[in-house]
Amino acid sequence: MDAISLMESAANGALIGLMYSLVAMGIVLIYKSSSVPNLAQGSMTMLAAYVLLAFANSAGAPIWAAISLAIITMFIIGMAIERVALRRLAGRPIIMILMMTLGLEIFLRAGSMTIWGGTTRPMNLGISDAPLFLGPLLINRAYAFGAVVTIAMFGFFVLFFRSRMGVVLRAISDDYTAAWSVGISVERGVALSWAMSAVVATIAGVLWSSVQGVDQSLAQLLLKGVTVAVLGGLDSIGGALLAGVLLGVVEGIASSVLDPLLGGASRDLVDAAMLILTILIRPHGLFGRHDIERV
Amino acid sequence: MLFRQAGIFHTDYSADRALFPIPADRWMIGILLLLALAAPIYMNTLYLSSYLLPWLVWTAGALGLNLILGWAGQFHLGYAAVMGIGAYAAVHATRAGIPWEIAIVLAGITAAVIGSVFAFAALRVKGLYLALSTLALQFVMDWTISHVPAISGGTQATLQAPDIRLLGWAVTSDAGLYYVALVWCVLVTSFMLNLRRTALGRALVAVREKDYAAAVIGVNSFYFKLVAFATSSFIGGVSGAILIGTFYHAVTPEQFSVDVSIQALAMVIVGGLGSIISSYFGAAFILLMPGVMNSFISWAATKFGFSLGIETLAHLPQAFYGALIIGFLLIEPLGLGKIYNNIRDYLLVWPFGYTKK
Repeated sequence: MDAISLMESAANGALIGLMYSLVAMGIVLIYKSSSVPNLAQGSMTMLAAYVLLAFANSAGAPIWAAISLAIITMFIIGMAIERVALRRLAGRPIIMILMMTLGLEIFLRAGSMTIWGGTTRPMNLGISDAPLFLGPLLINRAYAFGAVVTIAMFGFFVLFFRSRMGVVLRAISDDYTAAWSVGISVERGVALSWAMSAVVATIAGVLWSSVQGVDQSLAQLLLKGVTVAVLGGLDSIGGALLAGVLLGVVEGIASSVLDPLLGGASRDLVDAAMLILTILIRPHGLFGRHDIERV
Repeated sequence: MLFRQAGIFHTDYSADRALFPIPADRWMIGILLLLALAAPIYMNTLYLSSYLLPWLVWTAGALGLNLILGWAGQFHLGYAAVMGIGAYAAVHATRAGIPWEIAIVLAGITAAVIGSVFAFAALRVKGLYLALSTLALQFVMDWTISHVPAISGGTQATLQAPDIRLLGWAVTSDAGLYYVALVWCVLVTSFMLNLRRTALGRALVAVREKDYAAAVIGVNSFYFKLVAFATSSFIGGVSGAILIGTFYHAVTPEQFSVDVSIQALAMVIVGGLGSIISSYFGAAFILLMPGVMNSFISWAATKFGFSLGIETLAHLPQAFYGALIIGFLLIEPLGLGKIYNNIRDYLLVWPFGYTKK
């Protein structure tokens, strides 16, 4: 293992990690506004990819039109999920809410497989396969594109949370009841955060399916997303970005070192270990808010 | 009508402390036990070994999960991993020549020791973070089981489970295997029934309601969380071992993947938290649903003359299963057990509906 190839896996790992951050951002958006840990984010990503494919292939729309149609569809689906499933569970024990998101995960995953079938289908965004060299390092173009989009999304959220609607969402995440008492419509804010999270899931779905094709394995991004979200702090979008890079680099280096020793597939192990270590050492993550528990 | 009494009226403490205070309940349980014992006589072996037997074993497993979830109030998303540890431990022990009776106890102890690792996550965190760390531990266990050749026999390998031998007698007939499952299920059920009345059970409930409040009245919440994890892992491990010994007859890592954990969780939630009969309902519902769903779809397909693709047919029951979990959480969060209790409460005072028990 020479230094160049190690740096190469670190650099590509950082780019992949930024793409994990996209999944994590969706989880953070929902957790921030309503304290619901959304375990259905992975299957929302998968559903979005299938919806996009349906628009692009069956309806024959050009890819950019299909992406915008998919974003609009997922915006509505996100709102609908909040309205139908989660709103009535507000204030219930966390066990019920977690089970609800798990039920949603199963329903969305199996539902999209029922409609569109499980075979892997390619998604072509028109990113060229030509090698991209950064000094001596070989960089995957699809990952680089994904990373740029992620950073753009992060920039959008930084600006958004300074806008009027963003301030409303921050107020809701700060204190539910206080936001209510000054006349903020908490329900609408939470619904908006679900819709935005569904849009983020769409973008993540587009990028990830251009890397690995459209199939059930997109739903397995959940573990990565949850790890990144917890590592960065469940209520910090910037944390999700940095934690994504961190996880990606650790994963890239660890898997290139460990894979020959353990016979492959050590990525998931690294993720799970990172998640457990984060929770044991620093449960609120790198940038999350300490919660003072009321006895 | 069924209960022949308008309310519950006890005249001494021993009647109030009885396991089943109402005579009609005792009668019903007795009749059900007789029916269960006689099942191999009147029941087709196909139904016996492919519906009744897994239902009993899964009920025992669901009761173990209910102990940690419904009694102690600790989230556990890695229950299938614990069952898998028990299954592998039992298979390896019997292959090494240890008698089966001792092997399943060893399986339970192994599962309890490793399952207590989950409790150390519960020492530091609770609620959401506990759920996520148990989920991560499930992934770690999955990975370890499938990637360590000494445990799984190599990637993609299937380990044949030796026949069950009780006191030197090989149990191979369907009826024999069924009785093994029945005895285990009855044992776990009577343990759980009595748990409610012991100091341990009450301490667990105190920890569930609020661990600080429990600490204030002198209940060491960490100790009881540890005990709860160890006990439920023991039940889970033995259930896993019996599931392999009586039903699957061979063990692979996929039998205990994260989906199975969610399935066990669904049994407890759909049945109802913290109640025993609801685990029976939940396990039956989750196990029978795919089969019923499949035959319903094929009936509807011939009746209305449409045909569905193979992939649609394969995934539709799964989608329905997700929808079912969502529906139960929205409409009856306390599960099937609550529906049963509502009917029972109504019948208890029938026909004097205005009296409260």
